[in-house]
Amino acid sequence: MQLLLKNGRLVDPLTGRDEALDLLITDGRIDRIGHSLTSASAQVIELRGKVIAPGFIDMHVHLREPGFEYKETIASGCAAAAAGGFTAVCCMPNTNPPIDDESVIRFIQARAKVALGGLVDVYPVAAVTMARKGEHLAPLAELATAGAVAFSDDGDPVADTELMRRALEYSAMFGKPVIQHAQDPALSKGGVANEGFVATSLGLPVIPRLAEEIMVARDIRLAAYTGGLYHVAHVSTAETLATIRKGKADGVHVTCEVTPHHFVLTDESLRSFDTNFKMNPPLRTQDDVEAMKAGLRDGTIDAIATDHAPHSFDEKEVEFQVAPFGIIGLETAVGLALTELLGKNVLSLYQLVEKFSLNPRRILHLPDIKIEEGEMANLSLLDPVTEWVVDPPSFRSHSRNTPFGGYHLTGRPIGVLNNGQVHWSTPS
Amino acid sequence: MPLQSRHLLGLDGMRREDIQLILDTAVSFREVLDRPIKKVPPLTGKTVANMFFENSTRTRLSFELAERRLSADVLGFAATGSSVSKGETLKDTARNIEAMKVDMVVMRHSAAGAPHYLSRVIEANVINAGDGSHEHPTQALLDMYTIREKLGRLQDLHVCILGDISHSRVARSNIFGLKTMGARVTVCGPATMIPREITRLGVEVCHHIDDVLPSVDVLNVLRIQLERDAGRLFPSLREYHNFYGITRKRLEKAGRTITIMHPGPINRDVEISADVADSEHSVILQQVLNGVAIRMAVLYLLSSRT
Repeated sequence: MQLLLKNGRLVDPLTGRDEALDLLITDGRIDRIGHSLTSASAQVIELRGKVIAPGFIDMHVHLREPGFEYKETIASGCAAAAAGGFTAVCCMPNTNPPIDDESVIRFIQARAKVALGGLVDVYPVAAVTMARKGEHLAPLAELATAGAVAFSDDGDPVADTELMRRALEYSAMFGKPVIQHAQDPALSKGGVANEGFVATSLGLPVIPRLAEEIMVARDIRLAAYTGGLYHVAHVSTAETLATIRKGKADGVHVTCEVTPHHFVLTDESLRSFDTNFKMNPPLRTQDDVEAMKAGLRDGTIDAIATDHAPHSFDEKEVEFQVAPFGIIGLETAVGLALTELLGKNVLSLYQLVEKFSLNPRRILHLPDIKIEEGEMANLSLLDPVTEWVVDPPSFRSHSRNTPFGGYHLTGRPIGVLNNGQVHWSTPS
Repeated sequence: MPLQSRHLLGLDGMRREDIQLILDTAVSFREVLDRPIKKVPPLTGKTVANMFFENSTRTRLSFELAERRLSADVLGFAATGSSVSKGETLKDTARNIEAMKVDMVVMRHSAAGAPHYLSRVIEANVINAGDGSHEHPTQALLDMYTIREKLGRLQDLHVCILGDISHSRVARSNIFGLKTMGARVTVCGPATMIPREITRLGVEVCHHIDDVLPSVDVLNVLRIQLERDAGRLFPSLREYHNFYGITRKRLEKAGRTITIMHPGPINRDVEISADVADSEHSVILQQVLNGVAIRMAVLYLLSSRT
């Protein structure tokens, strides 16, 4: 099986290459790269005005399997990832059972292999502590050996300072980062909304920005002290970014990600009491949104990740305070980033590809994707100009809990190639 | 002129003319309550369901009385605890009740926004009888009615709301309503009970009640929730009483006639001393009576907005 990608703009941060080229792909391998390539047998895909990028990875996804298959399965989550332009995801450990035992990792790997013919690489993030309870370390060495790429109790922070110290020390031995859902639980307890004018108007219980900022500051000190690898999940406040910026300048190994909803939406949306605006960390203010964009631009924010958190319709169809936190993101992230970041000159295409591919892979110490003759093709194809309307009923995810239904976006994923498999997002 | 909305969810964003209409309509219903026969026919054939998911005595009784005075058929439903702990969702509960051909739903609920959500999933008119710490619009309307009755106006009056502003739906609805009607509003209480950025609602903030009393026309004293976060928001009831309790001595020192309000139920000698609660400047019992008239006005006006 041969595929000839014609006239696509190859944007490759690894080599710095940014030019229109043809790629001939045979049985999933890049056969030739050049100009005016021809092939009698290949299926030709015209990509003039379109982008060829190294495969995108979403390093923060809840696939829900095992345990919550009514929300999402590994198969449906992988389908959503491929449709959204990703060739890899990291799946978070708040499953049932949680990913605190290597058998769960093997189960996930087996399921991922048969989803879409194994197109999407699924990299498990294992729990830091047993049952994510924050009391005893999970068997980090065994988990790393089995294939965990990082550790996190995501959804719950590692609140115990001593335990966080030990986790950073221990995980650093295998070069695996600890990913923290940074939030001091004493400050955030019971909260559902950013503390500020909107929550004050609506009388909603609050999650102060302070809860995130204090824990990030603490953790950066711990990372500096221990030499551990520290990654902040879904940053949401301007001050958090300032702290991370300083940590990086001081030479601490700290990295971070931002979700599309935190660089697009603000807590003003909560006035509708629509539960699709309920997520954790909560939506913040316009100042924070601007800070996220500045952080993306100046490199303080390394990666864009979705925190894809599927919930069933009925779970979200309740009072705001009762609803679970979280929204899905795999099938809107690339469109939102192209619209809000590329389209509004926050990031260049080159930077955008870095944040979706090169940087997150390096945070996780995954091998760089090489777009060279003889290498397996691991590619995300993008259309940066076509306008489309987000239509949740057409999503591949099991769940529909998105606040972006009906959004008009400019730019979308076209398709992905990985592990010898091809998936087209849109009819081509 | 009908009301803009077919629900009463809150006073945030309600037009001045709508508040005016409700207050004016309540005047004639207030007069009905002085008649020997206190029943009028406007809601004959209409069914109103009172869904109280949170304990309430006076608000529930006040609504029930208002509904009966208007000749409505009244359906009571009380269930404490969240919908989830009951095993049935709010949506299912409400739709079941609505399936019995209910025209209006009055709801008290512990979650902010619950009536807003309900208004999207059922057809009946929804009246918010208190949602979490968010709004309690009929309480604020009856408070404004009572102030207007006592002092003749709302415009340019200085109203101080005293207590746990953070957790008070009465405070929020009063702020929204009073600001719309042109009053000056100060919120007073310990810093731990004043929500952040509240000045953006156009109110002033004060932490020392004696500083503000000399310029205040109306003092709305909120009930202190003894059980709330014991020892975290304030150290003790004694300390609260000493620093914020409204006593005759404190009012005399202010050197000004201040109308005293309280949404009830009162903790005597905690947030307000017994002699102040029972004094000639207290309008606490008028508030209760006016509450029935206000709720009649709201029910009446919304019943024509189907």
